[in-house]
Amino acid sequence: MQVYADNAATTKVSQTAINAMLPCLTETYGNPSSVHSFGQAAHRELEKARSLIAEYLNAEPREITFTSGGSEADNQALISAALAGEKKGKKHIISTAFEHHAILHTLDKLEKQGFEVELLPVYKDGIVLVEDVANAIREDTALVSIMYANNEIGTIQPIAEIGALCRQKNVLFHTDAVQAGGHIHIDVKEQNIDMLTLSGHKFHAPKGSGILYVRAGSVILSNVIEGGAQERGKRGGTENIPGIVAMAAAFKESCDNLDENIAKITAMRDRVIEGLEKIPESILNGHRTKRLPGNINFCFRGIEGEALLLMLDHEGIAASSGSACTSGSLDPSHVLLSIGLPHEVAHGSLRLSLCEYNTDEEVDHILKVVPAVVERLRSMSPVWESIQKGV
Amino acid sequence: MAANYSDIVMDHFTNPRNVGEIPDADGVGEVGNMKCGDIMRMYLKIKDDVVEDVKFKTFGCGAAVATSSMATELIKGKPLSEVVNLTNDAVVEALGGLPPIKVHCSVLAEEAVKAALYDYYTRNNLPLPAGIEAPCDGDCAHCCGR
Repeated sequence: MQVYADNAATTKVSQTAINAMLPCLTETYGNPSSVHSFGQAAHRELEKARSLIAEYLNAEPREITFTSGGSEADNQALISAALAGEKKGKKHIISTAFEHHAILHTLDKLEKQGFEVELLPVYKDGIVLVEDVANAIREDTALVSIMYANNEIGTIQPIAEIGALCRQKNVLFHTDAVQAGGHIHIDVKEQNIDMLTLSGHKFHAPKGSGILYVRAGSVILSNVIEGGAQERGKRGGTENIPGIVAMAAAFKESCDNLDENIAKITAMRDRVIEGLEKIPESILNGHRTKRLPGNINFCFRGIEGEALLLMLDHEGIAASSGSACTSGSLDPSHVLLSIGLPHEVAHGSLRLSLCEYNTDEEVDHILKVVPAVVERLRSMSPVWESIQKGV
Repeated sequence: MAANYSDIVMDHFTNPRNVGEIPDADGVGEVGNMKCGDIMRMYLKIKDDVVEDVKFKTFGCGAAVATSSMATELIKGKPLSEVVNLTNDAVVEALGGLPPIKVHCSVLAEEAVKAALYDYYTRNNLPLPAGIEAPCDGDCAHCCGR
């Protein structure tokens, strides 16, 4: 049995998305910037996709900018907010310690350019405190950027509360919602979100398309990619019409089936959590219920994550880990360290991320294989014995 | 990940040779540390200056398990005069290569064998052959490249 349990990394493209994109490859293949009918047909598809996405976010079409993906949208959001803030003498940016690298590395760059970056703690549960955000906001705060849900441990942040706070304090608020979009309910108006990032391939669209929502009147976007007048001049480059059309179709499909999917996936998630918790010396990472419907993240003491992934792959289960050996560095994931796990425990992490395509039979397979693989690796681990003895 | 490992590495990872412990070992060596994410422990049974038996236990990634396994294969049944000259390059070669970022695992395997030899020689008050020194102090920085 082959089980794909790495949906937080990327997802299978839905048939609905494929059906939507295929005509863009062979019929409406014109360049939306062209004057002729081929171009104008493509332009109409582009604007239809924009309207659809806006509708499902409770935004206006002109507030949607298409990008190459989540990373580009995150870069553009942060850089735009920083430059806008700088003009008003505001050079303080608030974020969290466990953001995606698309945020953290952009913040590093801004810090080198003279901005002051403050990363808030996320504590053991992996959830930022609204009062910490409130205490951190200053007169010169240019931006608060806090992810909607974490990519590794799936914890959902109090976005509506932070949005309300930022709006009241008149501070720009961006959220990287790459892991949340299409998986939980998002309403940019209701939640007072000024800027929001989405990535199509996380909700069953092809890779290579992303969305940056920017509330009208909140901030003027700066270009990350210079070029033609596409996207109101804010993002050069011929639009990826097939990708964008597929993304709109996939987003609509995910949102239309949201409640049903959440119920189904949450039930599978909880069954996996309850099963894996029975493994001795296992630790569930992140808050138990305030997490994405499909996210399961455990640490198993005494074993190493990459070895675990290889052996699970051998048994037909595709998963992910925050161990150093999978990150290509010496340190385990900054997310696991941010929730207070020591290095040696963080090395043994496993993330399983489910979606609506997973089945109960696949959950059965996970519950059969994971404990056996953990036991096998522990049997060859020189540290497992001392852990058991409590040394 | 899996795609970057040779078939031999995957074979030694999924079916590691000589896993376990030797309760009455003549030499035991442990290198690496938990913080770095790799620990290897080697047990040697030595008779008439020959490695009669060898077992290992490893906490670490796929390459760490595979290099430990291959190192035991390379030294089992070999005279000490040969074993003291084991190099990480020989382990890498026998495995059909390792991704560059995993080469430090082979260094650790060589050091684990040498740590066990050091233990054997010092336990028996024997002179240390060239290349056998006090084992790594648990600071992986020199192997992990930082």
